[in-house]
Amino acid sequence: MNFPPIHAQSTYSVGNIRALMNEIVACLEKLDRDDEIGMIDLNSLPFSPGEYEALRQTLGQGEVSIRIEAIGPSEIIETHYPGVWWVTHYNVEGDIVADAIEIAWLPQIIRSQPEDVRAGLARLKAQLNDQD
Amino acid sequence: MTAHESLGERLIQQGISRRAFLKFCTAMASMMALPPGSAMAIADALSKTLRPSVIWLSFQECTACTESLTRSYSPTLESLIFEMISLDYHHTLQAAAGFSAEKSREDAMHNAYGKYLLVVDGAIPIKDGGIYSTIAGRTNLDLLQEVAKGAAAIIAVGTCASFGGIPNAKPNPTGAVAVSDIIKDKAIVNISGCPPIPAVITGVLAHYLTFGELPELDDLGRPKSFYGETIHDRCYRRPFYDQGKFAKTFDDEGARNGWCLFELGCKGPTTHNACATTKWNGGTSFPIESGHGCLGCSEPNFWDAGSFYSALSMPAGALKLGTAAAVAGVAVGAAVSVANRAKKQAAQSAHRTATIADLKE
Repeated sequence: MNFPPIHAQSTYSVGNIRALMNEIVACLEKLDRDDEIGMIDLNSLPFSPGEYEALRQTLGQGEVSIRIEAIGPSEIIETHYPGVWWVTHYNVEGDIVADAIEIAWLPQIIRSQPEDVRAGLARLKAQLNDQD
Repeated sequence: MTAHESLGERLIQQGISRRAFLKFCTAMASMMALPPGSAMAIADALSKTLRPSVIWLSFQECTACTESLTRSYSPTLESLIFEMISLDYHHTLQAAAGFSAEKSREDAMHNAYGKYLLVVDGAIPIKDGGIYSTIAGRTNLDLLQEVAKGAAAIIAVGTCASFGGIPNAKPNPTGAVAVSDIIKDKAIVNISGCPPIPAVITGVLAHYLTFGELPELDDLGRPKSFYGETIHDRCYRRPFYDQGKFAKTFDDEGARNGWCLFELGCKGPTTHNACATTKWNGGTSFPIESGHGCLGCSEPNFWDAGSFYSALSMPAGALKLGTAAAVAGVAVGAAVSVANRAKKQAAQSAHRTATIADLKE
């Protein structure tokens, strides 16, 4: 018997993109007006297959892209819309462990952390002492 | 790691940066359905905690719950969760055997009596005095009762420990029951699922360490942040249900178009779990996305609830949140539904940096 091939439907949208874009608009207005940071956790949204990619396309890529190496890579790009950052954390195997859109002047994770600065300072001092 | 050393100090010694830890906490916040801005507060709280002793007892089970947990995330991120706890007894994972294994359990109980966490996977057979499953010559029933006495709280991992699961299915020859059928005087969290989602296991542990208490539970003892909604309500195929578009067989036009699997027996409408958003295999997919209905494995008596392929007789309830807004394309959308899911008052402050006190409200 000949069965027709089965292809999973992958291009329809169930309407998440439009809702998200409206959400982003509201967050951007708050950032501009009240200096308030916004975040949208993408892992918790029921995307249909293809919608996630469609969102990426819709937001596009802007001027900044940053890569962090901290127990696996993190990829931070400013989208085509300044102030709208796409922050994706991967583990060392390349699986996404956290994925969010951050509406901010600068995503939180990029800043040097005080604890790290102090640890680095101690290392630097120790190195100087070794050379004496 | 000594008992007096905090997790933060331990991480610094190991050369794990605060930024890396913050990244881990971002993943944790997402798992626990806390407002995404809360990662910093979680990092602060976690880095100050002293890690608790954990005793893990495996009873009438297939080890898939342990497989699920140990396959969660990469070794390095997973090792972070193990940095948070001191796993003092787990008979599948530990190197010790025989008398020394049992001694390590007794030592752990003695050293942290009243404070340790007890994790149980598997049902407990109680027929004929519980003789159908024994460890080191003692029945599971006996062992559970002894170890539960000194526990601060109990985490029942998997549907067997939570509700009796497959050992409890008809005709239940061993008289298998759930942990909560035996232990009545301790806080018990049920993390059901066959197997449970690994992120839910780690999420509950992280919640306990962050807040010093167990998460809010539903009427079946499951953490609401993961089991608060049905698979159906969070399913990306939900709009097809609302439009009346159903697959009638597994290879018809509807199946190819990715329509709703309700008529093929999907138990999504009556099943509470986080599969539809957390997904499996590192977020790759979940049964419905792979074209098969939900079996309802995180619900009591799922094995005896009729054929996996018969449609539910009851209609699904009205859509509560999230997807409806998304479908309508209105501005309430994503961040609000994330917060609703957590049922936290911090919902309204989802856009601000939250403190642990905010999150606890």
